[in-house]
Amino acid sequence: MSEAGHSDYQGAKIGMWLFLFTELMLFGGLFLLYSGYRSLHPEAFHHASQGLSVLLGTVNTLVLLTSSLFAALALTAVQQGRSAESARWTGLTAALGLVFLLIKAFEWGMKFLHGIYPGSALVKALPQGEGLFFGLYFTMTGLHGLHVLAGVALLSVMALLVRRGTVAQGDCVLLENSALYWHIVDVIWIFLLPLFYLAA
Amino acid sequence: MTTMEREQGHIVEPKVLVRVWLALMALTGLLVASSFVSHTLAVWAMLTLTPLKAWLVLQFFMHLRYEGPLLKGMVLVALSVLVIFIGMMFLDLGLR
Repeated sequence: MSEAGHSDYQGAKIGMWLFLFTELMLFGGLFLLYSGYRSLHPEAFHHASQGLSVLLGTVNTLVLLTSSLFAALALTAVQQGRSAESARWTGLTAALGLVFLLIKAFEWGMKFLHGIYPGSALVKALPQGEGLFFGLYFTMTGLHGLHVLAGVALLSVMALLVRRGTVAQGDCVLLENSALYWHIVDVIWIFLLPLFYLAA
Repeated sequence: MTTMEREQGHIVEPKVLVRVWLALMALTGLLVASSFVSHTLAVWAMLTLTPLKAWLVLQFFMHLRYEGPLLKGMVLVALSVLVIFIGMMFLDLGLR
């Protein structure tokens, strides 16, 4: 390998994992907050959770799990030299990310219409535990949504890079790291589903 | 990991990925269904099926299964720290 073409594949991947650990701690802290408040207000959390749509939460889970499959297929395809196919899978992953965000926007919109949003008069009038539940719901799904948005942007760029051949067989750590990020966003949602939507 | 794989990592066959995806779909169905049966079952399903789903994503989609001991060790340490935090918090809540 020439000096100019040197790339540290293992180093790049370990760097990405270190970043993922900070994400784990970021959401881990919020999960701690959720668990702490839930154990203090079990009935209120149970009751407030009934206000969320199990259907929308489940559909979004299936969307995100499928997008994760597409991201993994995109990596396999580029590793095996099928760049055009890889670009398609990467683009589809980003598209499913957008579907997730649209469903989430609809879900939040319905809550807003019913007067449930952070700091609303209705939420302030709710029992303390239920107000905490909705506060955590908006904070955690909102922060997760921002991660999905960042992932959609990242994967859109990756689809272009794979199509152009900048990311290709033997030099695809950029796509591998982007896929790792997308999978951790999926893993976080895997935990958000039962905590918020199935808690009733 | 062999020398040949060093520059682009392990290749996971599409059929393996699709099987993992099918398992994730089935586990999600089971998790949602159990939440309608009883509260106890819902809690147990959450405590077992959710980590199992996350484990499948980590092992196969994120290729952790095919990584070397360094990366596996790093993930183990990070997860252990989180588990210690969770344990300490419940110890605090339980002993109040």
